[in-house]
Amino acid sequence: MAASASAFAAERPKGPLRRAVDRFLTNRAAVAGVAILLPIVLAILSYDLWWPYAPNDIDLVAMNKGPSASHWLGSDGVGRDVMARLMQGGRISLLVATVSMAISTVIGFVIGAVAGFGGRFVDSVAMRLVDLAMTLPPVIFLLVLASIAGTGIAPTIIVISLLSWPVLSRMVRARLLELRERDFVIAARGMGAGLPHLLLRHGLPNSIDILVVYATLQVASGILLEAGLSFLGMGVPPPEASWGNMLNSARSTLVLESYPWQWMFPGAAMVITVLAINFVGDGLRDAFNPRADLN
Amino acid sequence: MPEEPLLSVTHLTKHFAPVAFGRGPVVRAVEDVSFEVPRGKVVGLVGESGSGKTTIGRMAAQLIEPTSGSVRFDGVETTRLSARQLRQLHARVQYIFQDPFASLSPRMTIGEILTEGLEIQRVGTRAERAEKAVKALAAVDLPADAFSRYAHEFSGGQRQRIGIARALVLEPELIVADEPVSALDVSIQAQIINLLRDLQLRLGLTMLFIAHDLAVVEYVADTVIVLYLGRIMEIAPSRALYSSPRHPYTRALLSAVPSPDPARRGKRQILTGDIPSPADPPSGCVFRTRCPFALDACAGPVPALREVAPGHAKACIRDDLD
Repeated sequence: MAASASAFAAERPKGPLRRAVDRFLTNRAAVAGVAILLPIVLAILSYDLWWPYAPNDIDLVAMNKGPSASHWLGSDGVGRDVMARLMQGGRISLLVATVSMAISTVIGFVIGAVAGFGGRFVDSVAMRLVDLAMTLPPVIFLLVLASIAGTGIAPTIIVISLLSWPVLSRMVRARLLELRERDFVIAARGMGAGLPHLLLRHGLPNSIDILVVYATLQVASGILLEAGLSFLGMGVPPPEASWGNMLNSARSTLVLESYPWQWMFPGAAMVITVLAINFVGDGLRDAFNPRADLN
Repeated sequence: MPEEPLLSVTHLTKHFAPVAFGRGPVVRAVEDVSFEVPRGKVVGLVGESGSGKTTIGRMAAQLIEPTSGSVRFDGVETTRLSARQLRQLHARVQYIFQDPFASLSPRMTIGEILTEGLEIQRVGTRAERAEKAVKALAAVDLPADAFSRYAHEFSGGQRQRIGIARALVLEPELIVADEPVSALDVSIQAQIINLLRDLQLRLGLTMLFIAHDLAVVEYVADTVIVLYLGRIMEIAPSRALYSSPRHPYTRALLSAVPSPDPARRGKRQILTGDIPSPADPPSGCVFRTRCPFALDACAGPVPALREVAPGHAKACIRDDLD
């Protein structure tokens, strides 16, 4: 078969995923989102290779100085370079957002999938759990969890992950309940397939659109949640930089009025990044439109 | 002593419980159905929509559990098997679906679809599985390059061939074909029917063939079972059923089959009304509400299947009509 497979590889037709990518590339806003996001991510990941200052270096002659040739984005109250802190803050923010996204996507998929394919009893138990998680008021829940888990990067990730999965598991469950009655899934059961096979070979590929869109938008909301937590002092604590705790400095009227570069740049970075991610997420949602693909 | 039939179904009953908080009526989809499918033979199940054809087929393929009654496959009771035994059994019974557009996953290549069953049953190596899949493609007259394509690239008839290839690849002993041609164009129907007939004869397959089209069943099946509202009305060798139907319902069905020969067009016997709800079936004979020959006695006890000729049985109390 190896021979026959390679012979046909040359004219291998487009799979559903490939067609979704094609549709995505025709969406201008989404492509613009990628074009904005890519340089931001590259800069954030590589800044220590080309930027002379480290985020916690103190330059005593440059305290609360505005943007200049040496400190492009100015410096803060203790003489730390805002550019370096912005880049390091981006690293932390994206780290928190992507890791919590990965965790909540896995939890959300597994719970939703087991509920969808596992039968009525498992379904009820899982969905009551989801109901419970959804009735918790998010901000208060976040604050309580954060005060229990403490501050720091790992607790922030845990708090954000635990808050985000219920919506995804609802969506995955709904998709799989529909999928379960489809003939090709019944056919797989008729060939003796067990739950792991059904989940991995049918459940996962047929909810990949939900997962990709959710994951993308979850990164954006993860950035915002991290910023909110850090702003309130419950997230990533100083001296570690994050976009949220940089904004924290804007709480003082003096900084807000006299040193706008100290909060304006992290604020702008966050707005632009979140906006770009949302564009990409919307583009992915359209590209994966189930009406165009599931038949 | 006659050979034991491959599939033997006795007193099979399926009731679907209401979904909404246990309220609402129970749907009696299949009621006390018994029949046998001998090895190498094709048994046709016919009936209109809602007569329980598909439910019986799915129970025969162990896709759903009967409410009561027994399904014996090759002498083994299948309703009380462990998960592992059931998985082994699933390799021996395969199902062909009605809708060729819903029965193939849009996210898998044909190769993946065809090897899925072998993978589940852990048959052979990857290369051996692919080889079997290519062979199955050849058996249904599809080119080998279909292997790496997706289902959406094929027409309805081709998709149905893929569905048949998927059923064949595990080399099953019994195939349950659930209206394999009703979703296809008439010209394609003939091709698929001929293909199935061909494969059945060549491979010596045993088949439970479900259809609502009597003309199709006449061509394929050795024995025909006529269902109405989840009960067997008449069961007969194919030829006998078509030449001398005994049950009023079978007669009505046969008179509705269009014939190209004007001489064969007798008077149409048109049934009035609709099939009653299986949630609230009539007492006695379920067909009595639409039967032109119904008597008061028909509302009494449920008429039993009685043999009226060798291998020919009917569930009707009126013998004066023959």
